[in-house]
Amino acid sequence: MKNSVKLFLAMLAVTFYVSACKPKDETIQKNVSEAIKAVQGVTAEVKEGVVTLSGTVAIADAKTSAETAAKAVEGVKSVTNNITVEASPATAAPATVVTNNPVVNAADEVLSKSVKDAIKDFPSVKAAVKDGVVSLTGELAVTKWKLLKMSLDALKPKKVDASGLTVK
Amino acid sequence: MALSEKYKELIGAAQAAQVTNLNVAETDGVLHVSGNAPTGAVKDQLWDIYNKIDPNFLAGDLVLDITSANAAEGCKVKVVTESSNLNIRKGPGTDQPIVGKAAHGEIITLINKSNEQWWLVKTNDGEEGYCYSQYLSAD
Repeated sequence: MKNSVKLFLAMLAVTFYVSACKPKDETIQKNVSEAIKAVQGVTAEVKEGVVTLSGTVAIADAKTSAETAAKAVEGVKSVTNNITVEASPATAAPATVVTNNPVVNAADEVLSKSVKDAIKDFPSVKAAVKDGVVSLTGELAVTKWKLLKMSLDALKPKKVDASGLTVK
Repeated sequence: MALSEKYKELIGAAQAAQVTNLNVAETDGVLHVSGNAPTGAVKDQLWDIYNKIDPNFLAGDLVLDITSANAAEGCKVKVVTESSNLNIRKGPGTDQPIVGKAAHGEIITLINKSNEQWWLVKTNDGEEGYCYSQYLSAD
């Protein structure tokens, strides 16, 4: 056979070989979609190995992750990233505002009466109230102490001093 | 460490759970955290975190005053005493005479919350009076 024909056939073979090796768009599309599945709100379109990403995400990191994931897929030539970063109403909701206002504690007279009501069910506990501080003595089971502490905290004491209390 | 740092997890959880009117203030070595939780479950969750940071609440450096908002007037509430009946009193105070009893687990109607500790209720038998709110749950 003539050399030029051999060469031509070789080139043809190489072309076929190369095109057979290169993943088809369909495969790339499938793999890219799988890769970006974790990033919500993003879709991919593949044409001749070029991936175009679209959609909306809440944070910039998500946009970058999608691109990185798509680039890592075999056969991808390049990635055009058209994803927009826009906080959705849910994520843009302001975190609960925390105020730092001074606390008004209950006056001793009122506090004493309400503390008396609170400990009524716990006869093993004694309480003294002075200057907003509720001092407890005696002993109490853990589960009961939790209930009592919850009731006492709701009375706006300055402090609940349980140092004299034995919690079993 | 500053108390708000010590109880950071608790404050963060309260914010994440959408506790309203959340106020955090420190005075004389005691941190005061107050607010309204959307449900009793959120209130319980915050108390669990408190227990985690200060086992058995013995440090005495936090006053956690969280009310659970969803007991609305006219709604049903459940008696959540440990096992005993709950006294229904003529007025809001343990010095007030007992006019009836609600059984452990009984569902009764909340008429109004005259104050945080004492709620005016009515049982199916028509007994009306005040119960200590610690033992009433709306969830």
